[in-house]
Amino acid sequence: MTTFKMPSLGADMEEGKLVEWLVSPGDSVAHGDVIAVVETHKGAIEIEIFEAAVIDEFLAETGQTLPVGAPLARIHPRGEKSEVASDNRPEVQDQAPKPARQTDPVKPAAARRPKPETPRASPSADAPPPASPAARKLADRAGVELGAIAGTGPGGAILLADVRARIETPDAATPDDCIEGQMADVTDARPHPAKPGLDMAAMRQAIAAAMSRSKREIPHYYLARTIDIQPATDWLAARNLGRDPEARILMGALFLRATTLAVTQVPELNGHFNDGVFRPSDAVHAGLAVAMRGGGLIAPAIRDAQTLGLDAMMAAIRDVVARARNGRLRNSEMTQGTITVSSMGDGGGDALYGVIYPPQVAIVGFGAPVRRPWVVDDTVLPRSTVTVTLSADHRVSDGRRGARLLGEIERLLKEPDKL
Amino acid sequence: MTEAEIRRAFLEELTLIAPDIDPATVGDDDHLQDDLELDSMDFLNLIMALHKRLGVAVPEADYPQIATPGRAVRYLARALD
Repeated sequence: MTTFKMPSLGADMEEGKLVEWLVSPGDSVAHGDVIAVVETHKGAIEIEIFEAAVIDEFLAETGQTLPVGAPLARIHPRGEKSEVASDNRPEVQDQAPKPARQTDPVKPAAARRPKPETPRASPSADAPPPASPAARKLADRAGVELGAIAGTGPGGAILLADVRARIETPDAATPDDCIEGQMADVTDARPHPAKPGLDMAAMRQAIAAAMSRSKREIPHYYLARTIDIQPATDWLAARNLGRDPEARILMGALFLRATTLAVTQVPELNGHFNDGVFRPSDAVHAGLAVAMRGGGLIAPAIRDAQTLGLDAMMAAIRDVVARARNGRLRNSEMTQGTITVSSMGDGGGDALYGVIYPPQVAIVGFGAPVRRPWVVDDTVLPRSTVTVTLSADHRVSDGRRGARLLGEIERLLKEPDKL
Repeated sequence: MTEAEIRRAFLEELTLIAPDIDPATVGDDDHLQDDLELDSMDFLNLIMALHKRLGVAVPEADYPQIATPGRAVRYLARALD
């Protein structure tokens, strides 16, 4: 018998809002199954369980905002008997680190709800209709019952557009559901939906907390090297020529592939530093800094990046960027990154010096590719170049080892056909 | 397809990729990457969307010719001609 708790989804997370259970009591789950959705300042995150278990009962209800470590469900390992029938279960109360609290003291939608939500023995019986977090949020804000909306998403799920359509055609709505003032409110909130469910102010605060901690605790050192990427540029142009857009790859995939391979040669840059001890990682879970439209960024990890060839790396980048911006990331992607890569893209700064994301110990930055005069075999030629930087933790490595990483990246990008 | 129809289709695909952009405020000379802040992945997604919707697979070498909505609409009109 154990308790499944609100996981920490990164150094900058203190609490999360449980928005959806994807399992029911009695369900068997396997290692890696997604069992719930939690909304954080980084948007909705899918929560995985990392053991084979049976769900006994829920200890938290959807809609509750809970601190990291708060009990969410009682579970027992598969093959063992459930003890949920026993009335004697004081350990849960003891284990709760802090009482559950509501971040939002004013809960207009909840107050407006015609029937109060009661703890339910069988959540699946009167479970709310499936809906995206953004749809749920908008409906909540507008005071529209999800049950009154016909979903057009997969499996009849209610999408943001469905809620909007419902709000904009209130004739079908009962007067209580949608009064004019509330509609005006919703319309005002519409112009910048950078990502559904994303609270930009909260994200800014979380970045501030994580980066302040990083700069306070981690003695960074910095290296930069400008390298010739004309061979990679030419190779990529030839490779993408005549291919459909769907099959093209971006320079960013070459950068990430080269960095991943390079860091396997410099293990003191790949891993986690916790409680004064550095633990190198055999696998490279490559965090990719993804800028959000409207500001802020998320750096989800591409797991086991060392096993991915260029095409697979491109597919993984495409997937993770799309989910970071519009969909759901998983908690393993939020917490298991062992090194981060950040790329400026075209037209940004020449060099980008990153701030390490704890508990990682290194971040590699690629500036904007620039054509510069470059010496090739005693001749000055116009070449496409990029400045690569490394910010690394001086508690774990020194400049000489760090330089090895940049040298390896340069060597790998000179022979792109071998990537 | 008329240029007006192509423009509408282009703006629809653009705002699906960047939902914070208000199509009414997009100017013909706005640079997709510098002004509208599309990154390389957004740009590739736009190329893919145009391929799917209009059947035009813009080669990489032609990317500069679709750098703004105005140029893109003229380019696509020629390609569809």
